[in-house]
Order: sequence, then structure tokens, then C-alpha cells
Amino acid sequence: MKRTIVMALLIFVCFLLQCTVFHSLAFGGIVPNLLIVLTASFGFMRGERSGLLIGFFSGLFIDIFFGEAIGFYALLYMYIGYTNGKFNRIFYPEDIKLPIVLIIGSDLFYGLMCYILLFSMRARFNIGYYFRHIILPEIVYTIVITIFLYPIILWINRKLETSEKRGAKKFV
Amino acid sequence: MSPIIKKRGEKFTLPSKYLLFILTILCVGTIILTFNTNILSGTLNTAVGYVIVPFEQGISSVGKWLSNRSEELVQIRELLTENQSLKAQIDELTIDNTQLQQERYELTNLRELYKLDSQYEEYEKIGARIIARDAGNWFHSFVIDKGEQDGIQVDMNVMAGSGLVGRIVDVGPNWAKVSSIIADNSNVSGQVLATADNLIVSGDLELYAEGVIRFEQLVDSSDKVVEGDKIVTSNISDKYLPNILIGYISTLNIDSNNITKSGLLTPAVDFEHLEEVLIILELKQKVE
Repeated sequence: MKRTIVMALLIFVCFLLQCTVFHSLAFGGIVPNLLIVLTASFGFMRGERSGLLIGFFSGLFIDIFFGEAIGFYALLYMYIGYTNGKFNRIFYPEDIKLPIVLIIGSDLFYGLMCYILLFSMRARFNIGYYFRHIILPEIVYTIVITIFLYPIILWINRKLETSEKRGAKKFV
Repeated sequence: MSPIIKKRGEKFTLPSKYLLFILTILCVGTIILTFNTNILSGTLNTAVGYVIVPFEQGISSVGKWLSNRSEELVQIRELLTENQSLKAQIDELTIDNTQLQQERYELTNLRELYKLDSQYEEYEKIGARIIARDAGNWFHSFVIDKGEQDGIQVDMNVMAGSGLVGRIVDVGPNWAKVSSIIADNSNVSGQVLATADNLIVSGDLELYAEGVIRFEQLVDSSDKVVEGDKIVTSNISDKYLPNILIGYISTLNIDSNNITKSGLLTPAVDFEHLEEVLIILELKQKVE
């Protein structure tokens, strides 16, 4: 229960920051993708189930406010979260390399899917331009933000896990 | 044994691959449902309107305050030089103005003679503040803090200053989403003010960094359109009211078919620093 409330708050805060404050901090009109960081992190920290649920709700928020049809971003983020959950087995909290690689991979996948489904379908074939001016800057900026955001997410997750363990012990 | 059968004494949880499958079907279903209709958007828009929009209003006003302070510091020096040049400009404009007033006097006299209506109709407008921008980097829609409660409806035109910004595409009780004319998926039917030749203005993400948008299909057989001409919304557009300024032609090329022309235009609105917009509370009349 506690976890659900904390997760809802996290999605909420990240979504709000992404579409308000970070637009004032945008470099060259590019905003980082906080929700991808959140979805991917909880995917590889907690497993497929957490990843896909957080991805689904993050995407749903974007759909309601900015989507053409409800469900598109929810679907995209959900699969990103689920795939990251597959890496739960080889995840260790001390290791920063795997999270960075996975978040880069997730954001790259997100960018490419957005290009393929929303742009190439409307005969915009200059993928080189979009890659250099949209996808790549977004990845770089997202990684910079990850360096600050990821320790916070890790800390929150650790706090939740210890409080859950304590709760479980009471019953035993 | 199937993994979803409940064992005694164990808490029931659905395996994640089944959950993924169910949610995938759900998403595909809603995409199909909402692609052309807005069945779900009513309830969802109301729900998020009360949960998220108040926070967005708060955060964006704080963010705006911060960015304004930092910009002020940078701009003081610029402003001093600008002030001087503007003062010189005021002198020039006063001279122009007196001339124009004389001409206007003449015009009103002539209009009275011909009993013409004034060329630009006065539309009723309402001001709104931008409280959130697109979460991704691919499109340029934004959310404003006025909604159904303030009389806003889908397809109403949005302006800033004297230029066209876009139109309302989605509306909640206290918020509305605006799709801007510079977004990659936007097309506006426009016309050259001087010659009344029609053209299509379309947003393009590739040109976004240069601050221009594209126009196409301008038929100008008499070669009268020149760079710098004003482009306004046309009277044949089914979403936009006529005679709203879109921008000025910055480059003009003849297409390879030798019939139509295309080129780039500079929008009249500064989309980068957009904070407040005006919504015209009047819908384009439709042929039913």
C-alpha cells in the first residue's frame, strides 16, 4: 500500500517536472525524459511487473494531456518497463553501468519508435536529422539528469524495501 | 499446473506476462477507440483536470517567476541599447502615424460612402496562461489554464498578440490542449493578404530550430507575391477564422512543376517565449 502511494507520487512529480520546470531549463528546446528514467529504473530494480505498471501509468498521463489517441504512449512505456524488468536478475544496486546502459537503450528505443510510428508514417524520411537533433540530444540530457535522479530513486526504493521487510517480520 | 491457479494460503497475483498481455489489448483497444472519436476523453479529462492542473498552475507560475528573474538580469544591457534605438523609432513612427491618420480619415469617409463593413471583424476573446508543455520533444502542443467552464470548445482559434498560435484540440473542465501551427502534424489553409492567393502552411520539425515554417501549393500565375508579404488564414479554412495573421514570407521558390510555389515563412508569434495566449470564443461557421 505504502509502495503504491509512493509510486503514484513519483510518477506525478516526474510528469509535472517534465512538462513545466524542465521546459524552462531546456537546452536547445530539448527536454529530458524523466518518465523513461523512472520506468526503466523501477523495471530493473523491481522486476517486470513494477516496470510495466509504472510504464503504463506514466504513458497514460502523457496520453491524456498530449497524445493523439489514448493508449499509444502507455503501450510504449509499458513495453520499455517490461523489457527492463528482464534485467532484474543481473542488477546490483552498487553497479551504475547497467542502469546507465539500460536507460540509454530505453530512451533510444523510445525515440526510434516515436520517429517510426509518428513521423516516418507521415512521409518524413530524413531520419539522420531527427536522430541528430531530437533523439541524441534527448538521450544525452536524460543521462545527465539520470546521474542526479537515479541515486534518489535508488534511495527511495531501498527505504521502501526495508520498511516492507520490517512489516513482514512483524507477522512472523 | 497453470501459473494463474490459486494455491491455498498464497496471495493471488497475476503473472506479469499475462498482465502485459491484458494491458496491451486494453491499450490497442483504446487507441482504436480514441483515434477518431472522443468517447473516453470526457471522463479522463475531468479526472486529470482536478488532480494535475492545480499543481501545474502552481509550478509553472514559480518556474516563470524564476526564468523571468534570470532573463531580466541578462536583458538589462540589451534593453539600454534597445531603448535608444526605439526612441529614434518613435520619432519616425510619429511622422508615419500622422500621415496614416490622414489617410484613415479619408478611408472612413470612403467606407461610409460605400457602406462597407470594417475589414477585420472584432472577435470576442479570452486570455489564458500556458501551464504545461508537451512532455516529449516531437510535437509542440501545450496546456492552458482555461477550459469548458470558461466557455472554451474544441476547434476554437488561439492567438498571441496579433498572430495565430493554433487551435484547441482537447478540452477538460479547467484546462485545454492547444496544438500549435508550428507542430509537425499541423496544416493550415492560408492566403497571401495582398493578392488573396491560397496556400497551405504546414509545421515542420526540421525547420523548428530556424524559427520558420513551410508553405506550399501557392498558385501565383501573375508573379505578384514577393518575399515579406503577409500570410493570413484563408476564408476557405474549415477550422480557422479568416484574416488572422500567420506570418511573413521569408523565402519563395518555384516548385519543379512550374505551376505552384513554395517556401518558408516567419511566424508572427514568438513561440519560444509564449506565456499568455488569447482564445477567440467563436467557432468557424460550418456547412452542415
